[in-house]
Amino acid sequence: MSKDNKANRWLTAALLTPTSLWFLVMLIFPLIVILVFSFGERAAVGGYAGGFTLEQYANLPSRLKAFQNTMLIAPAGTLLSLIVAYPLAYFLALRVDRKYKLILLVLVIVPFWTSLLVRTYAWIFILGGRGIPTLLEFIGIEGVRLINTPGAVLVGIVYGYLPLMVFPIFVSLEKLDKTLLEASSDLGGSPFKTFMQITLPLSKPGIATGCMLVFILLMGEFLIPAFLGGGKVFFIGNALVDLFLQSRNWPFGAAVSVTLVVIMLITVSFYMRMTLRNKTGRDESLM
Amino acid sequence: MSKGNDDKPITAKKFMKEFHRYQKGSITRRHFLGVTGLGTAMAVMGTAAPSLWSGQANAAGELGDRLVFSTWPNYHDQANLDEFTAKTGVNIQVNAFGSNEEMLAKLQAGGTGWDVFVPTNYTISNYVELDLIQELDLSRIPYYDAAANNPKFAGPATVNGKVYCVPKNWGTTGFIVNTKKIKSQPKSWKDFFDVTMGKGSGHTILHDYQLTTIGAALCALGYSFNSIDAKELAEAEALLIKSKPHLFAITSDYQPGMRSGDGWMSICWNGDGTQLNNDLPEMHYVIATDGGEIWTDFYAIPKDAPHLNAAYAFINFMQDPNIQAREAAVHGYAPTDSRAIALQPPSLASDPILHPAENLMNGLEFGAAQTLTDPIRAEVMARFKSA
Repeated sequence: MSKDNKANRWLTAALLTPTSLWFLVMLIFPLIVILVFSFGERAAVGGYAGGFTLEQYANLPSRLKAFQNTMLIAPAGTLLSLIVAYPLAYFLALRVDRKYKLILLVLVIVPFWTSLLVRTYAWIFILGGRGIPTLLEFIGIEGVRLINTPGAVLVGIVYGYLPLMVFPIFVSLEKLDKTLLEASSDLGGSPFKTFMQITLPLSKPGIATGCMLVFILLMGEFLIPAFLGGGKVFFIGNALVDLFLQSRNWPFGAAVSVTLVVIMLITVSFYMRMTLRNKTGRDESLM
Repeated sequence: MSKGNDDKPITAKKFMKEFHRYQKGSITRRHFLGVTGLGTAMAVMGTAAPSLWSGQANAAGELGDRLVFSTWPNYHDQANLDEFTAKTGVNIQVNAFGSNEEMLAKLQAGGTGWDVFVPTNYTISNYVELDLIQELDLSRIPYYDAAANNPKFAGPATVNGKVYCVPKNWGTTGFIVNTKKIKSQPKSWKDFFDVTMGKGSGHTILHDYQLTTIGAALCALGYSFNSIDAKELAEAEALLIKSKPHLFAITSDYQPGMRSGDGWMSICWNGDGTQLNNDLPEMHYVIATDGGEIWTDFYAIPKDAPHLNAAYAFINFMQDPNIQAREAAVHGYAPTDSRAIALQPPSLASDPILHPAENLMNGLEFGAAQTLTDPIRAEVMARFKSA
C-alpha cells in the first residue's frame, strides 16, 4: 500500500468521525434507551422503573385508533400535497418567465420563516366559527363545521408541508430536457400524451423524494392534529406526547415509539422497492 | 471610522456595493462595519441596552436579566409582568400549561430551567416527596403575610411544618354555558353530559386535564370528584368515551373555542368564566350541584431554579396586595389575601363568580394528592383521548 493511500484513509476516517459520533450519540444510543425502556414498567409516580415485561406491547391495541388515524391521514395528506404541489412545481419549472422564477420560488419558502406553530394557530381562527363558516353563512350555507375535523387537519398538512413537496418536484422538472417535449409534439403527440409519457415519468424521482419527505414527517406529526383537530383527530404523535408529557408512562410510550419505528421501516422499505424497481437502464437516484 | 459616514445614513445601493466588496474580500470586516454604520449600531445597542433595561432594583445586577415562569393560560395581566421587567430589568419568559400533570412531567424529566411555577394545592405534597421544589425563605418575600391568608386556602403550602409556596389565587371548577345556544339551563355535571350528548352535540369542550375532565364525569355519575376506585373510574371512562363523538374539542385553552361560537359549553375555571362573561354576557358560569373542584394555586420555586434571586423578587412583587388586586381585576380569580380583597372594587368583591355563596360550594372538593400520580387516572385520560 502506498503512503498516499494510507494518508487518504486516515483523512477519510478523520472526516467521518464527527458524523459517526453524532449518529452514535444522537441516534443509536437513544434508540437503545427507548428499546430498553419499552420492556420496563411505569414507576409508581410516573416515569420508568426497570424490569422485563411484555406488558407494554400487550397494551398496544388501546392505541389502535391513533395508529389507524395516522396510517389513514398521513398517506392522504401526502397524496393531497402532491396533487396541490405538482401543478405549482410544473408552473414554476416550465412555464414561468425566468425573471420571476426566483421571486416566486422565494414566495413558496416565505412561510417557513415563521414558526409552524404560529401559522397553524392562525388556521384555528380561519377555520373556526368566526372565520370561513361565517363567510359561508353570508351566502346562505349554514351550520358548517370546519375546525377540529380530519378535513381541517388535512388543510393544515397541505399548507404546512407544501414547500417540502414543491421543491423536489421543481428540481426534477427543471432538469427536464425541453427538446424531448418538442420532439414529442413534432411527432404528433398530444399535450396530454406528452405529459403522461415524458414529463411525468421524468419527474418521478422528484415525486418519490417529495412523497417520502412528507410522509415520514407526517407519521410523527403532532402539532397540526393537536391544533386543528382539537384533540379529536388524534395521531400516534399525540399519543406519544400524552404518554410522556401527561400520563408519564415512559415504558408504554417507548413501546409505542418502537412500534412506530418498525411500521415506518416496513412502509419506507416497501415504498423504496416500489419506486426504485422500474430501472430505466440508467442509475435512477431519488433526487 | 470616518466622521463623514456617521453624519448621514448609507444608501441601500452603497450598502450593497460595500457588502459585495466585503464578500469578495476587497475590504475588511472592520471597514465594512464602519462604513455601513452597522458597527456603530451594534456598539450603541451593546452599551445602551443594559442601562435602558435595568432599573434601580437591579443596580448591582444580582437579579440577572431573565426569569422563566411557568403558569396557566389567561392567568396574568401582561401590564404587571411588564412593570416587573421595567422595575428590575428582568425579562420574563412565560410558558402556559394546561394541566398539573404536564408540569410534573417536565419537572420529573429534569432540566426545565424554570424559576417560578404555579402548582395547584393537590400537587404540593407530591412535589415535596419527589424533592422537586424548594422550601421558601419567607424573609425574602416580605409582601407575603401568612396571617392575611385564609388557612383553608393556604394550608397545602405547608408540608411537614415547612413552607414550600405562597398562595396566588383560589377558585372553583364548574362549567360555562352559552345561554344563547343552550336554553335548558344545565345545573349539574349530569345535565352537562346529557346536553352534550343531546341538543348541544358537537359543541362541548372538555379539558385536556385528567383531574377536571375525569372529575366531571365522576360527579355526573354520583361519585367523588377525586375517586381513584378502579370500578368508578371505568364507568367514568365509559361515559367520557361515549360522549367523545359529541365533543367539539379536548383542550384546556377553551376560551378561543367558546369565543368563536363553536363551543357552547365547556368545563371552566371561574376566572375564565368572568373573563368570558365580561365580554359576552350570554356566557354563564355554573357551579355544578353534584360536585366539582375548589382549588388554590401557588407560586413555587423548583429545586434547580437557575435564577433564584429573580424568582424571589418576582414572587415578592406578585404578593404586593396592590398587584394582586390589579391581577384579579384582569384575570377574574379571587385573591386569598385579605389585604388584596380589601383593595378590590365593591363590584368585584361581591361578584358571585369570584366569591360564590358558601352554600353553593358545599359539594366542592379540593383535589386529592393521590389523583396526581394515580396510574389508572392517567391511563383513563390517555385512553379517552386516543379513543
